[in-house]
Amino acid sequence: MVPLSWFLILGAALFCIGVYGVLSRRNAIGILMGVELILNAVNINLIAFWRYRTPDQLTGLVFAVFVMAIAAAEAAVGLALIIAIYRTRNTVIVEDVDLLKM
Amino acid sequence: MSLPQILFLVVGVITLGAAVAVVTSRNVLHSAFLLALTFFGVAVLYVLLDTPYLAAAQVLVYIGAISVLIIFAIMLSRKVAAPHLVQRNSQWLLSLIVAVLLFGVLAYLTLQAAWPAAKQALGVDAIGGLGEAFVGTYALPFEVVSVVLLVALVGAIIIARER
Amino acid sequence: MTELYDWVRLIPLFPFLAFAIILLFTQRNQKLSTYLAWVGIGLSWLLGWTIVFRAIGDAHVLEEGFRAPIFSIPTGRGLLQLGFQVDALTTAMLFMVPFVCLMIFIYSKGYMHGDPRYSRFFAYISLFATGMLGLIVSDNLLLLYIFWEVMGLCSYLLIGFWYEKPSAMKAGLKAFITTRIGDVIMFLGMLLLYSTTGTLSFHEIFSEETLHFLKETTVWLPLVGTVSVAPVIAVLLFGGAVGKSAQFPLHVWLPDAMEGPTPVSALIHAATMVSAGVYLVARMFPIFALLPETASMSVVAFIGGFTALFAATIALAQDDIKRVLAYSTISQLGYMIAALGVGAYVAATFHLITHAFFKALLFLGSGSVIHGAGTQDMMEMGGLRKKMPITFWTFAAGMLALAGVPPFAGFWSKDEILAHAFEEFMHKGVVSWPFFVWLVLSLGALLTAFYMARQVFLTFYGETRSHHVHAHESPKVMTYPLIALAVFAVFLGFVGVPEEFPVLGPLFGHNLFHHIVGHGYPATPLNWGVMGLSVLLALTGLFLGWLVYGRNPLKEGQPDPMTKLGPVYTLLRNKYYIDEFYSKFIVRPAVALATLLFRFDNSWVIDPFVNLVGKVGAWLSDLGRIFDLNIIDGIVNGVAAVTAWFGKILRLTQTGKAQNYLLVAILTVLLLLGLYLYLPM
Repeated sequence: MVPLSWFLILGAALFCIGVYGVLSRRNAIGILMGVELILNAVNINLIAFWRYRTPDQLTGLVFAVFVMAIAAAEAAVGLALIIAIYRTRNTVIVEDVDLLKM
Repeated sequence: MSLPQILFLVVGVITLGAAVAVVTSRNVLHSAFLLALTFFGVAVLYVLLDTPYLAAAQVLVYIGAISVLIIFAIMLSRKVAAPHLVQRNSQWLLSLIVAVLLFGVLAYLTLQAAWPAAKQALGVDAIGGLGEAFVGTYALPFEVVSVVLLVALVGAIIIARER
Repeated sequence: MTELYDWVRLIPLFPFLAFAIILLFTQRNQKLSTYLAWVGIGLSWLLGWTIVFRAIGDAHVLEEGFRAPIFSIPTGRGLLQLGFQVDALTTAMLFMVPFVCLMIFIYSKGYMHGDPRYSRFFAYISLFATGMLGLIVSDNLLLLYIFWEVMGLCSYLLIGFWYEKPSAMKAGLKAFITTRIGDVIMFLGMLLLYSTTGTLSFHEIFSEETLHFLKETTVWLPLVGTVSVAPVIAVLLFGGAVGKSAQFPLHVWLPDAMEGPTPVSALIHAATMVSAGVYLVARMFPIFALLPETASMSVVAFIGGFTALFAATIALAQDDIKRVLAYSTISQLGYMIAALGVGAYVAATFHLITHAFFKALLFLGSGSVIHGAGTQDMMEMGGLRKKMPITFWTFAAGMLALAGVPPFAGFWSKDEILAHAFEEFMHKGVVSWPFFVWLVLSLGALLTAFYMARQVFLTFYGETRSHHVHAHESPKVMTYPLIALAVFAVFLGFVGVPEEFPVLGPLFGHNLFHHIVGHGYPATPLNWGVMGLSVLLALTGLFLGWLVYGRNPLKEGQPDPMTKLGPVYTLLRNKYYIDEFYSKFIVRPAVALATLLFRFDNSWVIDPFVNLVGKVGAWLSDLGRIFDLNIIDGIVNGVAAVTAWFGKILRLTQTGKAQNYLLVAILTVLLLLGLYLYLPM
């Protein structure tokens, strides 16, 4: 029998790998991949907690499905933004897109 | 060690290894394919958690849609995805430290807590119940999410469209 | 149906609405402005004539008057009722004013064509029409005075309408200030009347009790002593009339007022505003006539008679076509005033009405000549009869009416004045005002005929005396009003034919005009001698005019035959040097006094003191400035500098990179998490 903590440790590891990806990648697509990893880690935790703590309710499952839908939406919009930025500025390197500081 | 535990360890190592490769690979295209592998590993974990429906959804949505989308995006911005480019930025070391620290804290907390050791029996019919929940209790959030998805897709098309 | 008279309230309102709408909304659209002004005065005219023709057959209204109150002002003594009214005199004026106004409005479209301030012109004349119409329907002296001043304002605006010309601007100021002198005197009269009787309503002033009370009351005047109050009020009110009707010695503004556009001259300075002075005297006539043996009547008679002759002589020697008419107007207004001075109330009113028609006609005719010939100098004109036939014939009708040739309108009214004066003088003997009036007015009639003949012959006969003049007939919009006014100039006199006159008398309703206006006044009997003499004088004047100017028309370069009079001509041409006299003895001393006061103010007392105060103030503020610069500014600048320094340092944390910010955020979370774990619960 797999203990709950194993799933949680794995989720935490996946989460931290995602965080590292988001913080260290120069490529916008790479950052997006990091975000996907984070979302997957969250989903693993959601399902694991549901399965071990409240298997008689459906809330955890429903939320996992919602997270998937939102992840899909986020990926679509994010990639569209990257394409648009690439078109206008001819780059996907986020350091070149530092319009926040004029 | 029971069979599920061995399976979990094998799949977990593959998943995490792939994930690490995703965030460190110098070639973005390699990253994208390894990401798909990571997603697949997560799907196997879902099976281990007795939710074959979610596993199927994971495969369909993440591998079938998102990974493919990312690969397309890489191909569209091919020039900058070239493997010789440095993919790490100047704060990568600090980021690594932060990530490891964060993992340490989370792992410490997880191991500190007293978790129930075993799974309980599945109280509901996961697949049928989920279907009923979407048209019953969670009808409104479900509709809202579908509208969000629709808006996101329309928005993505408008943003990415060539003018 | 008394309700019809209630509508009298609307008569001044229509042109006022036209004025407001033009000024606020349609300045850009000249056509619309024209039609708005026409509609405004046109409605007033229709309503006015409806009321007039109803009132003529309504003995009650003619005798008692109909009052339409508007609002009342509470005063210490009670309520001061203000309102409009219809009575005999208003009826007579209401026949003349809106119609003449309408004709002039129509004519203005042609005359003002192409003027840059075209719409504004129509706005002003609409406001002016409001003033005049309001004046004649007012039922009390206060409202009358308000409208009187509205007209004064419009007069100023319209005389100075072409304010680019310095002469026009000065003429406007001169008219305004000169009439203001009279208006102040009139206001004093109003105040005295109000403080004596406690009312300004005509109806109440002319009631038996009030008149009786006025007869008994006396007032103490400095230098003069205690005198009866009525003549004092009368003479003071007459001051207003002298200013407005341009009587000697306040006549100087009217000739200069010819600087305004010609329709304005016709509207204000021939037909309406100048007759307001006569109207005022006629309106207040019961007070003038209350004590006939006192100064009130004799002052009026003297001023009127003197002005009539005096202005007529000046008119002999003027070359400007409009100035001749201006002096003629002064002279004719003198006739009316003098007629009132000898008690010829009905005759004066009659002459007021007929004169308005034919003098408006003459002014509009002269405007047509100016429009066609491009000059105002009669010495440059000549021979315009062939080129401007309609203008010539209508002008001739006006000229014959003014000269007093039967059966034109002016003959009947002028003759009635002369007959009345003669009648009075027969009663009172040679050493009396009526004799003086009769004498000067008869002489004036001769001069009038002469200068009008001179004008017509100089303008329309002979050959053109300047090669600049290429005359052409004016457009129809200008000639039609001339024709309409000419019809009245010819036929209007018949409403006042003396009752005893064979054939014509019975035919035209036994002196219809007297029946309308003359309630309570005896009709002037027909006097064949006086009538014959006045006809003879008129014809003599015309004949002399023909002799001098008509038989051998003036050629180009020839001097005016009038110059043969030598120094007399110079005196007349320079208008008896009245303007120079005023400038020397009134304007210059006033300026000198003002200069003196200015010196006192500027260099002797006030200014040095003010400067001293100023210097002390400057010194004190210098102290303040030093404190301010070094201490207050130092604090303020210090705060700013510290802030800027901090900003410079904090700025470094803002890299503009989202990943950087995110790293900081996660670090913070980690820090908080560590703190949470480290601290004991």
